[in-house]
Amino acid sequence: MSAVVQDQPRSDLRPPLAHRRLPRWAPAAVAVAAVAVACGIGAGAGLSSHLQWGLIALILFVVGTYALTSLVEGRRQAKDRVATSLVWACFILAVVPLYSLIETTVAKGVKVLDGNFLTHSMGGVITTGPGGGVYHAIIGTLEQVGLASLMAVPIGLFTAIYLVEYGRGRLAKAVTFFVDVMTGIPSIVAGLFILAFWIIILGFGYSGFAGSLALAILMMPVVVRSTEEMLKLVPNELREASLALGVPKWRTILKVVLPTSVGGILTGVMLAVARIAGETAPVLLLVFGNQLINNNPFSGAQSSLPYYVYEQYANGNDASYDRAWAAALVLIAFVMILNLLARGLARWKAPKTSGR
Amino acid sequence: MDTTPTDSLAPPAPAGKTVTRAGDRVFLGLSRGSGILLLVIMAAIAVFLTVRTISAVSQDHGNFLTTFEWNADNTPPVFGIAVLAYGTVVSSVIAMVIALPVSIGIALFISHYAPRRVASPLAYVVDLLAAVPSIVYGLWGALYLVPHMQGLTAWLDQYLGWTVVFKQSAPGTAARSLFTVGILLAIMIIPIITNVSREVFRQVPRAHEEAALALGATRWEVVRMSVLPFARSGIVSASMLGLGRALGETMAVATVLSSSPVLTAHILDPAGGTFAQNIASHFGEATDFGRDALIASGLVLFVITLLVNGAARMIIARRKEYSGAAA
Repeated sequence: MSAVVQDQPRSDLRPPLAHRRLPRWAPAAVAVAAVAVACGIGAGAGLSSHLQWGLIALILFVVGTYALTSLVEGRRQAKDRVATSLVWACFILAVVPLYSLIETTVAKGVKVLDGNFLTHSMGGVITTGPGGGVYHAIIGTLEQVGLASLMAVPIGLFTAIYLVEYGRGRLAKAVTFFVDVMTGIPSIVAGLFILAFWIIILGFGYSGFAGSLALAILMMPVVVRSTEEMLKLVPNELREASLALGVPKWRTILKVVLPTSVGGILTGVMLAVARIAGETAPVLLLVFGNQLINNNPFSGAQSSLPYYVYEQYANGNDASYDRAWAAALVLIAFVMILNLLARGLARWKAPKTSGR
Repeated sequence: MDTTPTDSLAPPAPAGKTVTRAGDRVFLGLSRGSGILLLVIMAAIAVFLTVRTISAVSQDHGNFLTTFEWNADNTPPVFGIAVLAYGTVVSSVIAMVIALPVSIGIALFISHYAPRRVASPLAYVVDLLAAVPSIVYGLWGALYLVPHMQGLTAWLDQYLGWTVVFKQSAPGTAARSLFTVGILLAIMIIPIITNVSREVFRQVPRAHEEAALALGATRWEVVRMSVLPFARSGIVSASMLGLGRALGETMAVATVLSSSPVLTAHILDPAGGTFAQNIASHFGEATDFGRDALIASGLVLFVITLLVNGAARMIIARRKEYSGAAA
């Protein structure tokens, strides 16, 4: 600490309040100047990519801020300003591609997105021509995700209950650790496991159900983790009050703990659903893809929204690209709506705990 | 659900007895069973992948670790993971080098710099972006980012080509390179690393920050002296999580990279491959043996991500013990 204070130039004996400061509009002015000069350089040197213009503006801005501030306010303030501008730059740098991603998907997606697109499959559609739709893929996604949730939610819920309400000792520690590790399993590895176990060794065929097995593996740790967090938020007084009244532990959990945290648990489940709804790799390996409507997830190949996007992209022509963008938009909309619903639910049903 | 039958099994027993009730036993059994089932699944993943791997690698006519090409469907099969391992590591390293500083910047922006009115919607948006499916990133990467990388690639080649790393063997080819993949992966993992780091930054005790402010520190000095040291291990584990995601990413790489069995230091060349991408691209036409070979490469990926994630969790756990973050 003292080292930093001594960083100040010794000769600077003015009282701190009298420090010369840059006017409030100085950063904005530097920014405008940097952008202007960058545009000048960019246009002058004939740089084609606007990314480069932006980068030049950024560098000019940081250097300009540092130079100006260290002249007027001193080195420490200059470092502070540079850090601030770098933090802002990071923010802008990250927002640009993410904004572009959403913007491109929406702009290109609406081109062929209409009622016909949502209610027709790819049956009888030439891949290089327009037409066709995602109906079969939506059916596939809903069924696979639904089955996966049916398997993963009870197991995840009970595991979380075990960890919070019962778990002591080495088994609980092992479960906690492996739940964490499981969160990081790449989706393609989960797909390969089901491929090895379900399709190669047990000899079942490709089906929507095989895909949902892999999706369930990906979903379980997410459900466990979020449910666990929610159960931990339930105040211990509630449990103790119930137990003190002679209510058995399992009924306490069922009638007191779970209802108190049901909002948060549902939120976690919906976020987990949103996560697995976008998984492509397991579907690619296990469900195999289908141009036609297959309503039965237990036999025969199906499609799914993310798989459909990949398939249409792989077709490699403009009509297919249009379909891919439209399906991507449908997928994003689905995931976003689930997310927004989940967060709305979380706010509405937040457990009433004391403090923060 | 499974809980309903237990209701009829055990009516509330009279109080004052120490015998465990049937309902309790069933409930404990169910929840402990679920926990054990998770462990069994993890073990099964390792066992089944290993079984298939052994049968595949024993028939490999190349060296599984050092062979470049992936011709598992030929007779005799020749395949190896050298190119895949290299490509996976290179693209993930590029992603981390870009994503880590930017994510810390955004997390600091949300937690310490942005006005509150901006900060909370922004945190919300970053949360949402973490949920965008990877295939959408892949589509955007292949159809939008790749053409837009052309300028940057040419510029890097022109001015930094002497570093060998940024040398393009054939200037002007489409930017379907490991470098572009790295950038796309960075964009994908930025929301993840940001979310975790933001959580950690929020836990920094206010007293630390106020103490620094009271000593006359500027905002940057507060961040450098109280926020970052406190959050260091949190940042490490956040980046490990991001790294794990980048290592295992399939679709975004499969759509963007133009793969070939070439191991080159020129990261701007459209060459190389990654584990996950290789599986996705070869699976379609793989024979039964080819599938086993792909599973073998999947096992390597599994072990790598296991190590990375395990390390991240150990760091978090160690931190929890002595930092008193809960207080």
